[in-house]
Amino acid sequence: MQTKRLIIVAVGGQGNLLASKVLGEAALLCGVPVRMSEIHGMAQRGGVVESSVVFGDAKSTIISDGEADVLVGFEPLETLRALNKCSRETTVITNMTPLPPFTVAIGRGTYPDLNQLQTLIQAKTKQLIAFDAVELAKSAGSVLAVNIVLLGALIKTGILPITKENLQTAIRTKTKKAFVDVNLKAFDLGFQLPGQA
Amino acid sequence: MHKLLTDSPGEKMLLLGNEAIARGAIEAGVAFATTYPGTPSSEISLNLFQISNESDLYFEYSTNEKVALEVAAAAANSGVRTFCMMKHVGMNVAADPLMTLAYVGVKAGLVILTADDPFMFSSQNEQDNRYYGKLSGVPILEPSSVEEAREMTIAAFDLSEQLGEPVILRTTTRINHSSAFVALGTIQPRNTKGDFTKDPFNLVAVPAVSRRLHVRLLENWAKARSIAETSVFNFIEGEGSWGIVCSGVSYNYVSDAIHELGIQNKTRILRLGLTHPTPPGRVKDFLTGCEKVLVVEEGEPFLEETVMAFAQKAELTVPIAGKDETLFSRLYEFDPTMVRQVIATYFGVDDTPSQVPDLSDIPEIPQRPPNLCAGCSHRATYYAVKKAAEGMETIFPTDIGCYTLGFLPPLSMGDFVICMGSSVSTSCGFSKATGKQVIGFIGDSTFFHSGLTGLVNAVYNNHNFTLVILDNGTTAMTGHQPHPGVDMANFNRSGYGRISIEAVVRAIGVEHVSVIKPYKVKKSIEAVKAAIEHKGVSVVISQEMCTLYARSLKKLNVRAFQVTDKCKNHRDCINEIGCPAFFLEGERVQIDPNACVGCAVCAQICPENAITPVKDKKAG
Repeated sequence: MQTKRLIIVAVGGQGNLLASKVLGEAALLCGVPVRMSEIHGMAQRGGVVESSVVFGDAKSTIISDGEADVLVGFEPLETLRALNKCSRETTVITNMTPLPPFTVAIGRGTYPDLNQLQTLIQAKTKQLIAFDAVELAKSAGSVLAVNIVLLGALIKTGILPITKENLQTAIRTKTKKAFVDVNLKAFDLGFQLPGQA
Repeated sequence: MHKLLTDSPGEKMLLLGNEAIARGAIEAGVAFATTYPGTPSSEISLNLFQISNESDLYFEYSTNEKVALEVAAAAANSGVRTFCMMKHVGMNVAADPLMTLAYVGVKAGLVILTADDPFMFSSQNEQDNRYYGKLSGVPILEPSSVEEAREMTIAAFDLSEQLGEPVILRTTTRINHSSAFVALGTIQPRNTKGDFTKDPFNLVAVPAVSRRLHVRLLENWAKARSIAETSVFNFIEGEGSWGIVCSGVSYNYVSDAIHELGIQNKTRILRLGLTHPTPPGRVKDFLTGCEKVLVVEEGEPFLEETVMAFAQKAELTVPIAGKDETLFSRLYEFDPTMVRQVIATYFGVDDTPSQVPDLSDIPEIPQRPPNLCAGCSHRATYYAVKKAAEGMETIFPTDIGCYTLGFLPPLSMGDFVICMGSSVSTSCGFSKATGKQVIGFIGDSTFFHSGLTGLVNAVYNNHNFTLVILDNGTTAMTGHQPHPGVDMANFNRSGYGRISIEAVVRAIGVEHVSVIKPYKVKKSIEAVKAAIEHKGVSVVISQEMCTLYARSLKKLNVRAFQVTDKCKNHRDCINEIGCPAFFLEGERVQIDPNACVGCAVCAQICPENAITPVKDKKAG
């Protein structure tokens, strides 16, 4: 089976690890081998959470520079920071709602211009799918569903060997019961975005 | 029911490496488990702690790793299968009992898990704990995958009983924090009731006994070496005259690399899982068919030096390399591309490097460093101490925990840290050697872990410094585990004691002890001033529950604050407190009502009294 490598980057609390878990469960349903690795050391204190998901027969659980097939960023600055994982062949999907780091919030650093950020990513990768996932999550019923909106957009690209149906099943069985409906709606909203199919 | 107690062998479950290890221990019939929390090992004990609430597994968070291993040693010598978990630096604390426990041995399986942290994602160093196996004479098992972590945990208990020795299970962050589908095995029944047979001439390590026990240890070590010769965890894969020796996660990178380079038919891999004692026969057989050999292992050249020594003994002149300026580094962790490139270089194969984009035109990306949380009481305490010590030449030794982050600006409180408990003892040294004002910081869990002994030393030797104990009611850094000062009712557990830090400090003989509520800024500054003025050892205990923990216990119900029009933009709040609830809107400071927990520290320091509670707006 062809190996597909996915990097997800987020700020602590955005639901990165849950998103990876849902993807993993969907992979099981699809009969696809999957290995994941996460770095969440001090994330609870406002840091970055990164997870790598490797689909297919590879044994490694981490992804080297330039080796990601897909990068999903839950926060635009963090997407930009992870660009070293990408190559000309990489598809990048990113939420465009900034969560400025504290250093920026108090004027000790500059948040990059969002238009410039998009132009740069576009110039260096195969494809950029950028949108306001927070807005879509809110319209699905909860701002917390940003992670699932992004999964919708990710599955729509068709890059991963994961079907829409199996991902929906994983949402039903692996996310909190009270949030299943919101999450399914969030997934649909992400899936309806234009993407490579 | 806890998912790791699922009794359906063959079922596949997506597990974190640490969950796979906990499941392995449960399948092995572990009945007794001890630990001190430390990343990347924490989730193993978290799962066993939860499981102990719904089964007859005995689990304890011990005060430190030395205590955890000593408690475990007694249980295992009473015939109960025992698991003792820690992070790599925890093994330094447990090293004292480990060295002699190897002599005394065990009656039932005792597995000691060390979670090493190459690249220091959450640690103060990246020591390679395989040397503890060599130092103590205890066997080491090193899994390469999450699935194997489950399997090896079970095997480690069996090996421990076969030898009558503790066994070290050595993982790295990339095993602990990786996930994969793991097929569940059968849960063996737990034997929870042990018994102890007196045998002082084999169990009391006085010199005359230990002289014999060292002989026994070496015999066991030789036995372990012969087990390693045939262990299923040591295997050779592939055909060819290029040899690669590897262990742990490096095996994965090697496997992927030789496929990507298309050199499967030229390369043989010796994957060692039972890495200590390293089997000389296995290694010799492997080397004999090789034209040149590369050793691929993160950290120190542990296997490399052993393999070279074996080659010398067998009079084999095959080139062997590993750590070298042109090959692998002893620094940090490996990654798949780096391993592939080194393999390609060493064996002279073409490698198409991945096309990393040129990122030279990317604007400077602001860092997102971890930060003390909004409303964290440590920030308030640091502020109070800073104000109390204003104008003095002060040294601030600090310790291991969330509060270490206080060394960052704008607080900049923290001048020296080496290990758990070191703030107290280094305060003794700094004050004696420099004669300067010294104020040390230590957390509550860390105080029980190893701050106590330093404080006894300080009182006994009549040192002159102030120790601030930052008591937030939990072991916050590793995910809110309990410690001897915690009310276990928070965990719905009864039958535990609870130790008052204040009573302990007074009992040791500290003459000047004060307890402060750090959110009361003025009073706190006054109390710290009085403590500094005291000649000799003084202690300030700063009590306020960790905000994240209080939130999870639903004990946080406060009103958010806001910046009103009275603000004259002095920015004392941002420049001195630096709470992450602040942000700038244009040139004005604002408070994010969703982040603010209402500690009101900023309101108390604002020169214009411009920060007030938000009316009718509940936060938290």
